[in-house]
Amino acid sequence: MSLRRMLSRTPLHLILILFAAVWLIPTLGLLITSFRDPSAIAGSGWWTIFPKLFSVGQYSLENYVSVILKEGFGRSFLNSLVISVPATLISTFIASFAAFGFAWLRFPGRKFLFMMVVGLMVIPLQMTFIPILPLYSKLGLAGTFPGIWLAHTAYGLPLTTYLVHNFMAAIPKDLFDSAAIDGASAFTIFQRIVMPISLPAIASVFIFQFLWIWNDLLVALIYLGAKPEVAPMTVKIANLVTNRGQDWELLTAAAFVSMALPLVVFFSLQRYFVRGILAGSVKG
Amino acid sequence: MLHTGRWRPWLFVGPALLLIAFFLVYPTVMTFARSFFGRGTQLYGPTIKFVGLKNWTYVFTNPVMRSALRNNALWVVLFTSCTVGFGLILAVMLDRVRYEKIVKSVIFVPAAISMVGASVIWKFIYAYRPVSMNQIGVLNAIVVALGGEPVGWLIERPWINNICLIVVGIWIWTGFCMVIFSAAYKNIPKQLMEAARIDGANEWHIFRKVILPLLAPTAAVIGTTMVVQVLKIFDIIYVMTNGNYSTEVIANRMYKEMFNFFNYGRASAIAVVLLILIVPFMILNIRRFTGQEGGR
Repeated sequence: MSLRRMLSRTPLHLILILFAAVWLIPTLGLLITSFRDPSAIAGSGWWTIFPKLFSVGQYSLENYVSVILKEGFGRSFLNSLVISVPATLISTFIASFAAFGFAWLRFPGRKFLFMMVVGLMVIPLQMTFIPILPLYSKLGLAGTFPGIWLAHTAYGLPLTTYLVHNFMAAIPKDLFDSAAIDGASAFTIFQRIVMPISLPAIASVFIFQFLWIWNDLLVALIYLGAKPEVAPMTVKIANLVTNRGQDWELLTAAAFVSMALPLVVFFSLQRYFVRGILAGSVKG
Repeated sequence: MLHTGRWRPWLFVGPALLLIAFFLVYPTVMTFARSFFGRGTQLYGPTIKFVGLKNWTYVFTNPVMRSALRNNALWVVLFTSCTVGFGLILAVMLDRVRYEKIVKSVIFVPAAISMVGASVIWKFIYAYRPVSMNQIGVLNAIVVALGGEPVGWLIERPWINNICLIVVGIWIWTGFCMVIFSAAYKNIPKQLMEAARIDGANEWHIFRKVILPLLAPTAAVIGTTMVVQVLKIFDIIYVMTNGNYSTEVIANRMYKEMFNFFNYGRASAIAVVLLILIVPFMILNIRRFTGQEGGR
C-alpha cells in the first residue's frame, strides 16, 4: 500500500475508531466499576485505574456478592428466567401450530384471519393494559407468573406467527405430498416433516423472543409490579436507580448481572440473533 | 393445501386466535371506549362517569402532555436521523476496512442488552458531582479537565437533558440499523461501483450517485421502524429521569396516569394517541415487508 493511499485513508480509520470508542467506553466503565471497592468508586473515576491496571488487589467480587445475596438479585435473576423461558416456549409452540395452520390447512376465513393477525402488529401494548389489568386482578392473575406468561405469549404471537408462517409457506409442497397420499394426518405431517425443516427459523424466533422478554421492563411493571417474589431484574434495577441512585457499586454490578445472559446469547448465537432481530424489527 | 377434516384446522390456529382476541382485540376496543370515561382504576362500574371529550382536551391542552408530545417529536427527528445516518455511514465505511467484524460487534452489542441496563450505563457516564469533588462520570471529567464547570446533564432543561437521553437511544439502536444496511450494501454488485470508478467518479460521487439510490428503499424501512420504536420510547425515560425536568414522553405519561394518578380515562386517551401516531408508519412498514416477501 502506498504512503499516499494510507494517508488518504486516515480519516476513515479515525472516524471508525471514534465510533468504536464511543460504543465501547460506556460498557467498559460499567464493567470496571462493578469490580471496584465502593469507596474507590465514589472517590475517583474508573479510568484512574489504568496506570495501575494490573494491581489485582483493587478488584473484588464484593459488589456482586452483596447484589446477589443481600439485595435479592439472585432471586430476581431466577424470576427473570422463570418468566422468560416458559413464556418463550409457550409462544413459540403456539405460533408454530398457528403458522402451519395458516400456511397449509384449508378453513373458512383463513386469509382474513391471517391478515388480521399480521395487522395487529401495529397495536402498541399500551392499548391493552387498561382493560386487562382489572380483569387480571379479578382472576387472581395479577402479580403471578402464569399471568405474565400468558400476556407475553399473546403479545408475541402476531410477529412470531407471521415469521414462522413465512418460512413454512415456502416449503415445497412435494415434500409432504407423498406423506399425504399415504394417509398421514395433518398432525403427523406437521410433527414429522414441517417442524424438523423449520427448526432453524423457529430457533431464530425463539432467541429473539427470549431476549425481548428477558429485557422487557414495561409488561413486567404492569402485570407483576415490584413484589420481590416475582419481580424480574429489569424491574429491580429500575427501582434501585430510583431509590439508591448514587450507590454505583450496586447499580453497576446489578446491571452487569442482568446483561450477562444476553451477552452470552449474543456472542454464542450471533447468527440466529441477527436473523431474528432483522426479521423481528417491527414488534409492537 | 392439505385436506383435513372440518375441525382439525381450528386445533392448529385456535389457541393463537383466542389469545390474540383476548389480549389484543378486546382491549383495543375497550381502551377506545374507556377514553371517554373519567378517573378510577376500573374499566366500568357505578363510579366510572362518562366525561365526553374531557380526556381528549386534556391530552392536547395540558402543559405536561404538550411538552411530552414536543419531546417525542424531538426524539423522532434526532433519534431517527442519527440512527439511520450513522448506521448507513458505518455500513459503507466498515466494508472498506479489515477490522470490520470486530467494530461491527462492538456497535451491535447494545441491541442485545436491556434498555434498563443501557440506562444505568449512561447514567454513570452523565454522573454529576459538585465542583469541589472528583468527577466520577466520564463526561464531566472531560469537561473539568478542559477547564469547564461540571454540568448536570440530566437536569439542564430542556435541550441538554433531552439530547442526553436521545443519545442513549441512538447508542442502543445504531448497531441494529448498521447491520441491516450492511446486509443490503453487500448485496449491491461491486461491478457497479467499479464501472463508476473507471469513468472517473470519486468516492463521494459513488456514494451519492450509486450507493445512496440503491440503499434508499432499505433506509425507508429502517427509518419507519425507528420512528415506531421511538414513539413508544419508555424504558430510558422511566429509568433515567422519570419524565422530570421537562423530559416527559407519551408512554411514560400514560404509565403515570395509570399507576400514580389512577386515572384510567386519561391513560386510555394517551394510549389511543400513541396508536394513532404509530399506525400510519406501521402500515407503511408492513406493506413493504409483505411486498418484499411476495417479490422473492
